[in-house]
Amino acid sequence: MSALSRRSFLSSSTGAVAATGLLTAMPAWARGAVSGTVARKGSDVLSGEHLTMSVADTLFTTGSRRGPGVAVNGTIPGPLVRLKEGQNLVVDLVNNSTHGTSIHWHGLLVPFLMDGVPGVSMAAVEPGETYRYEFPIRQSGTYWWHAHTLQEPLGHYGPLIIDPVEPEPHQYDRDYVVMLSDWSEMSPHEIMKKLKVADGYFNYNQTTWTDDYDMSGEDRRMWARMRMMPTDISDVSGATYTFLVNGHGPEDGLEYLFRPGERVRLRFINGSAMTYFNVRIPGTAMTVIQADGQNVQPVETDEFQIGVAETYDVIVEPTALAHAIVAESTDRSGMGVAMLTSRPGAKAPVPALRKPPLLTMADMGMGGMDHSAHGGGDTMGGDMSGEAAMAGGAMTMRDTSRLPETVKVGPGLDMVSANPVDRMDYPGLGLEDVGHRVLDYSQLVSHKPHAEVRQPTRLKTLHLTGNMHRYMWSFDGEKFSAVTEPIRFAYNERVRVKLVNDTMMAHPIHLHGHFFELVNGAAPDRQPKKHTLTVQPGSSAQFDLTADERGDWAFHCHLFYHMHNGMFQVVTVRPLAGGGAK
Amino acid sequence: MIRAFFLLGTALAVGTSAMAQEQPHAAHTMPAPQSPQEQPAHDMSAMDVEKAASQDRAKDSAAQSGEMSAMDHAAMGHGTMAMDSAIPETAPPPEAFENPGFAADAFVGADVMAASRAEVIGEIRGPKVFWVQGDRLEYRARQGEDGYLFDLQGYYGGDLNKLWFKAEGEGAFGEDIESAELQALYSRAIAPFFDVQLGVKQDLTGPERTHLAVGIQGLVPYEFEVDAAAFLSTKGDLTARIEGELDQRITQRLILQPRAELSLAAQDIPELGVGAGLDSVELGVRLRYEFAREFAPYIGVDQEWKLGGSADFARLAGEDPSVTNYVVGIRFWF
Ligand SMILES: [Cu+2]
Repeated sequence: MSALSRRSFLSSSTGAVAATGLLTAMPAWARGAVSGTVARKGSDVLSGEHLTMSVADTLFTTGSRRGPGVAVNGTIPGPLVRLKEGQNLVVDLVNNSTHGTSIHWHGLLVPFLMDGVPGVSMAAVEPGETYRYEFPIRQSGTYWWHAHTLQEPLGHYGPLIIDPVEPEPHQYDRDYVVMLSDWSEMSPHEIMKKLKVADGYFNYNQTTWTDDYDMSGEDRRMWARMRMMPTDISDVSGATYTFLVNGHGPEDGLEYLFRPGERVRLRFINGSAMTYFNVRIPGTAMTVIQADGQNVQPVETDEFQIGVAETYDVIVEPTALAHAIVAESTDRSGMGVAMLTSRPGAKAPVPALRKPPLLTMADMGMGGMDHSAHGGGDTMGGDMSGEAAMAGGAMTMRDTSRLPETVKVGPGLDMVSANPVDRMDYPGLGLEDVGHRVLDYSQLVSHKPHAEVRQPTRLKTLHLTGNMHRYMWSFDGEKFSAVTEPIRFAYNERVRVKLVNDTMMAHPIHLHGHFFELVNGAAPDRQPKKHTLTVQPGSSAQFDLTADERGDWAFHCHLFYHMHNGMFQVVTVRPLAGGGAK
Repeated sequence: MIRAFFLLGTALAVGTSAMAQEQPHAAHTMPAPQSPQEQPAHDMSAMDVEKAASQDRAKDSAAQSGEMSAMDHAAMGHGTMAMDSAIPETAPPPEAFENPGFAADAFVGADVMAASRAEVIGEIRGPKVFWVQGDRLEYRARQGEDGYLFDLQGYYGGDLNKLWFKAEGEGAFGEDIESAELQALYSRAIAPFFDVQLGVKQDLTGPERTHLAVGIQGLVPYEFEVDAAAFLSTKGDLTARIEGELDQRITQRLILQPRAELSLAAQDIPELGVGAGLDSVELGVRLRYEFAREFAPYIGVDQEWKLGGSADFARLAGEDPSVTNYVVGIRFWF
């Protein structure tokens, strides 16, 4: 980053109403304990080689909602950790809260002992304890950090930016973090119980006698026969979540300032527990330059869907007095909103929530059976061949003979994708026909060719499985039993991993400690590197992995309540040969 | 009766076939050819790992650059079959199985990690849930004395194994309670939408009776909630009950719930006023408004018929074998 842009980044918070809160004279933790107090919204900046991050129970309020939170250094999100590629980092994690904690450095290449996952690489840091992280910074880009405990959905997360040694490939005048998240006044335990006992508890977009969904009676009966919901899109919705931008609810009036003519870099981070967002800035195009911290060849688009735990950096050149930054939840139950504005207080109109989408044939794993698979836009009613497939296939929604014997079949598995297809070119549910450009994975191309182009020597297939009704989630039909048989890789082995989604939900699958390359049609040396990958409902997706980081690594769905209800495994990379120590 | 057992039989068959497919993991037994790219294990300090790894990558890429063209990426996207066949699905190389089993143990302490692992596994297996639902708590206006009914159930347990209780009773105001029963059941998930339940039912009114209870509870296609059970009493009487409910959403919060309940008996039970065969039928419809998912008042109408021998017993006792109830009540859970 140039000195100019760096300077404007740091000064950007002055003048803005709430701004991003990125710089204040004194960090919150230095101003005293925050327990029992209300967390401040937004992040302070932490830089340097030795940081202290203090976790504390707190209250959080947004709009009319008020409830428990967990703040790090007094804010939600916690501090922006801004580092320089090549530096060393020491972080003292101080637990002043009443529960076990940890920090996982999401997307960072670290020695596995520094990865921050209780039960895998460390024990939870108990109340009153301090834990020291220590590792070199080997990369650059936009990342984030978060607790790998029940504290995560309460506010224990924050942005992480690493400035590269080499100059950035793109010029820009301002550099902002746009950290999206979801917060509920309901505790995570309570949310978990509601999901367990009442399917669709948070869904107020269900089909009813009086809805205006474009579905025939026959379609409705078909879904009822399957005991599934075409509106099963977000398990937890705006019914309890307020969607936050840098900790600010839609009513808080967060503003990002720019001067007309400037190029503004926005670093979108989806730090939410459960929410996929559709992001757009009406009136201005976005040029995507980075995905999951890795530079990609610039792609201009009007909207993109960001899965939980993914990051996208875009550059915009706003022209109007103000533009709304809109992060609409995929189930259209709410949105995070901030203003990109050239004058404090100037606002652009915020578009209304769009009509909630419906799941399609392709989302039920019937993708290969009709031509809607890749367009994906047809609802069940609109597609005769899909209709026929279902009419004949109603009894085969769970044809377990299609599963390899490595998949355990039991009550925790309610669906088997009959014909899962690759949907790297799918923009995301509800974005198939919005009438403007929408990013999809097939458009991501690595900015620079990477050295690793070996043909994978073996294929590893994993099924994403679940039972929405019982709220059970798993890999290969088994909840977290990884400690008895992990997913094994040999050190430096090159493997193609194929994920088959036997559920009707999108799962953002995250592998710790590594980047993998999406098999998305790009040339072998240009396949985009990612740390988190959305596997679309009823579909398959593949990535190539060089297992070049020794140790034990968490591998899980990043939907918080999916992970905590079983969709979690451990990946081991062996031999260890002393590679685990710091 | 026959239908009850048919249902039970179906559920059990589903469960058995599902379980029959549960197999231990069969992978990892095949010997796998070692990849020519594998590096020998380095014995080095941890700080060297990244450096070594990147050197490895550099070497590999040099060695592999000639092979790039051989890679089949043309099939990308749509013809996944073709692409898969190019890469064999084999077991990991032998070194992937090298010890240690848990990498952090040597650094953090095996006992510390074991305790932490156990905690995380427990957490991720899912919480045990305590749930109580008042499905029907209602005032029943009807000819003669108005009455009341309660129908509660709940459980404690995890995903697959639960302890259930069910309590049900009714009566008329100003009289002794007419009927009341309590069931304690062990519940086991046997299929995606079904649990089998086994336990005891205790009658709390009338002649002392304890029953062995066997049932299935779950969701059948078209989203009907079904609870079917057979009861064998200490007196040797065999009875059965099938209940079905269907939630029809009119709006997001206004829900119409038709409900049916059939009671059957294998023999006459004169002291209970029950005749062999179809003992009674109850059909009702309730309209509830969910102020919250957990709290929904309702109004409705409910029709009961005693049939066959049971109707005769009722007439002998001077009761009407057919009763219409206009009901108002609440449904709640916590
Ligand atoms: Cu998931």
